[in-house]
Amino acid sequence: MPKTKTKTKTKPTAAAPTVVSKKAAAQKIVAVAQEIHADIIKKQRKPSMEFPIRSLQNVKYDVKRGHFEILGRTATRTLSYNTVKTFAQSMRLLATTKNDLLDKDDIAGKREVYYNSKSWGECRFDEQPESDTLLDDIEAMLAINREQLGYIPEERGGDVTGPLVVIDQDPATGKPIRIDCTKLGSGAWSIPSRVEHLRFEAGKAKFILAIETASLFQRLVHHRYYERAKCVLISMSGVPTRACRRFIRRLADDQHLPVLAFTDGDPYGYCNIYRTLKVGSGQAAHINRFFCVPQAHYLGVTPQDIHDYQLEDATHPLEEADIKRANDALKNDPFIKHHKEWQDALNQMIKLGVRVEQQAFAKHGLNFVLDTYLPDKLKKSRFLP
Amino acid sequence: MAKRTGSGPATAESMATKQRDIAVSEFFLKNRHLLGFDSPRRALLTAVKEAVDNSLDACEEAGVLPEVAVELEQIADNRFRVTVTDNGPGIVKNQIPKIFAKLLYGSKFHRLRMSRGQQGIGISAAGMYGQLTTGAATRILSRIKNAKKAHSLAVQIDTKQNKPAILRDTEQDWHPTFQAVDAAGEPDGPPVVSKHGTSVSIEMEAAYQRGKQSVDEFVKQCAIVNPHLTLHYRLALQTKTEPADAKPEPATKSQPAKKPAPSQPVALAAKPGITAITYHRAVKVMPKIPDEILPHPHGVELGLLMQMLKDTESRTVRSALSNDFSRVSAQTALDVCTRAGIDPKTNPTRIAHHESEALYKAIQDTKLMRPPTDCLSPIGEAQILAGLQKEIAADFFTAVTRDPAVYRGNPFQIEIGLAFARPQENEGVGIEEPVRVLRFANRVPLLYQAGACAMTRGVIGVNWKSYGLSQPKDALPIGPVVVLVHLASVWVPFTSESKDAIASYAEIIDELTLGLQECGRRLAVFLHKRHRELEAARKRNYMELYIPHLALGLKNILGLTDKEEHKVVGNLKKMLEKTHLDV
Repeated sequence: MPKTKTKTKTKPTAAAPTVVSKKAAAQKIVAVAQEIHADIIKKQRKPSMEFPIRSLQNVKYDVKRGHFEILGRTATRTLSYNTVKTFAQSMRLLATTKNDLLDKDDIAGKREVYYNSKSWGECRFDEQPESDTLLDDIEAMLAINREQLGYIPEERGGDVTGPLVVIDQDPATGKPIRIDCTKLGSGAWSIPSRVEHLRFEAGKAKFILAIETASLFQRLVHHRYYERAKCVLISMSGVPTRACRRFIRRLADDQHLPVLAFTDGDPYGYCNIYRTLKVGSGQAAHINRFFCVPQAHYLGVTPQDIHDYQLEDATHPLEEADIKRANDALKNDPFIKHHKEWQDALNQMIKLGVRVEQQAFAKHGLNFVLDTYLPDKLKKSRFLP
Repeated sequence: MAKRTGSGPATAESMATKQRDIAVSEFFLKNRHLLGFDSPRRALLTAVKEAVDNSLDACEEAGVLPEVAVELEQIADNRFRVTVTDNGPGIVKNQIPKIFAKLLYGSKFHRLRMSRGQQGIGISAAGMYGQLTTGAATRILSRIKNAKKAHSLAVQIDTKQNKPAILRDTEQDWHPTFQAVDAAGEPDGPPVVSKHGTSVSIEMEAAYQRGKQSVDEFVKQCAIVNPHLTLHYRLALQTKTEPADAKPEPATKSQPAKKPAPSQPVALAAKPGITAITYHRAVKVMPKIPDEILPHPHGVELGLLMQMLKDTESRTVRSALSNDFSRVSAQTALDVCTRAGIDPKTNPTRIAHHESEALYKAIQDTKLMRPPTDCLSPIGEAQILAGLQKEIAADFFTAVTRDPAVYRGNPFQIEIGLAFARPQENEGVGIEEPVRVLRFANRVPLLYQAGACAMTRGVIGVNWKSYGLSQPKDALPIGPVVVLVHLASVWVPFTSESKDAIASYAEIIDELTLGLQECGRRLAVFLHKRHRELEAARKRNYMELYIPHLALGLKNILGLTDKEEHKVVGNLKKMLEKTHLDV
């Protein structure tokens, strides 16, 4: 692991990653390289690179904007015996990014980056996590999200069904393509890795329901719940990807729709899936403002639901890791620390000592969740913040 | 009671008929293990050792830079002829038979002075052993300075009477001749002919085997510890044609497998079975001839005290004390007498037993100056270094000569040498091997009973971990290290007459420990520096692996020229080496 020195700075970090042209991105890389070159040749000192620190310790919950905002703390990686390898890899990765992706208007996956380094001899990455970390570093240093540098995520962005028409473009001709998300049969529309160019028509939808598990999503799709509830259903499959978060954000902003999240009732569902969807993560602290959905609210499953829907005998005891996660969040997560309701919910869960899954409602019959639970919750309209 | 028979219990009278003198030589004949002749292999070594000891003592006493030739010739399967020739002063004819064929005859027993031999047993015992096992006589050639001819004698020992028997006594024209050989074992320059010297040749039942307790090792260690000595060693084994022979046959090895380290014995390709090597002297400085001293009262036991009082030429106890002992002034002698309640004017020969006991006790209770230490002749730090450097391929050498100290009234001096050897170039040392301890007493290598020796115990007792070597509990440290330990003393406290191991007197252990620790500290400094250098080299290699990539990245981004790229690499190397490699 590269060693970096951390220091606190009062000055806020670089401007938000707005849409940057490839040329401008390339120019930014050149500027970084020029500074390093000047250090080495003109100033005769060891060059260094500065990155904003990406962790929960370096974010604050910006209530007004509704997401985690990065603070001014930066890490400086100065060239030394310990950092020389990472430094060299950074330079080669920057060179590849500029010359092969930006200048040639090409794209690459994270795993391709890793394999591409195999031609660098001694400088190659031994494991993919090394190249992933460095890519995150570069993204933060340049303050340009990696999608704009030509790096495409490999994970799926999420599935969408419901009263929504997505207007995409033909990649070759640029001609608009209309996708009606009610006419996909038993399937769903997959969110692409880049969503900035999409336009929406969702006149009939009243809200967006983001669901953790694919199986519950399938049940709702199968019974065409989106027609009954007039909502856009989105399957997140765990922690939502950047593309998924960006898509929900854009759709919600564009169509002025409220967003509700429906996850398993456990600390991971609350503190990782929902928290990341709503306010972003520590890891992506520098770009949270784009990849967050501040208008999201939490529908369930809440600890109180265990009582309210007699799910006590459909729970599982909390694991050691669950309890640790909950306590960590209570202590360190600026979002949880800001919301008393969430602290109460987590404390209630720790006290109960159990977690509950979305599928637990099957106890009362397979369709209890869409016939009773969801309408009930929507009617009460009492969501966690 | 059983009925008496003719050969019934002996009476005092019948027993008296069987009681008679036992000749010392008879005693040792039956107890030859006491003198180091317990196995054929060991006998060969002991014979060489006794002869070389005598040669070196004689040369040094005569102030001649010693040139010694050791020759082992296998004349039958289990029979060798050992010939040791020196360029010493030679021996006058009358003395030859007594020196070589009478046990307990010599010049060294009665004086307190540092020398290799002590008791005057060794060489005669070797001759006696040869006589016993082969029936052959000891043959001596000796030429003294300015003599017209050399004496050639063949002597045997009358084991019953401990008297020499002369079998042949002639004169012949003989000069001690020494032929140096080069690394290939071929003659190296013209032979050296000396005007005087002695050669002794003994035929004996013996076995040759290579290894840490071999004659090979002995002569090599002699060369290390006597850097003023030139030693020619020649081993002629019978070449065997029968493959059934199980014994390892080192001499059939036609070529050494690796580049010979300094002075590795080399088998001659041309003459199978013959190994020859010359250990050249590294210094031309003779060891200081040590002075003889009177016994120190604290080193004298009651019986010896009584004997000395009886034999003294002084007429009063007081003068006997001050004349026959070292460090006893007239005043001190008076104090001792007063303390013992003895009239200082008493005739020493008339001291009663209980009086001598009181005197003995009074001496022990009296604080005396330590014995004079100029009777010792240490090898010296420079000479130890020279000896180690010429025979051991190593990266680091150090040596310490401690100041003289005293055990039981005997002055002694400890010297330590240490070499951090290159494992590939030295036999018997390795990174995973225990350190090699070379033990010497009065410059004589000790090859047997390492475990029982104070020197080994001294090395084990030091905490080598703090000096950078690993060390299992209660064992020798591990590492490619040769430790030379030398004890110089007027009377070396061997644990037995075969002179293998030093007794563990607390004073000796203390001095050993201090000397070893000093060498250990110096080793630690060296190892630390070496470690830093290796670490720096490792870091440099690591950094130089990545610096070009950093420069290449910059070049690709900024479109630098090759020259500019080169400049970046140069600057980065300079900057990183400055901060990370300040060796």
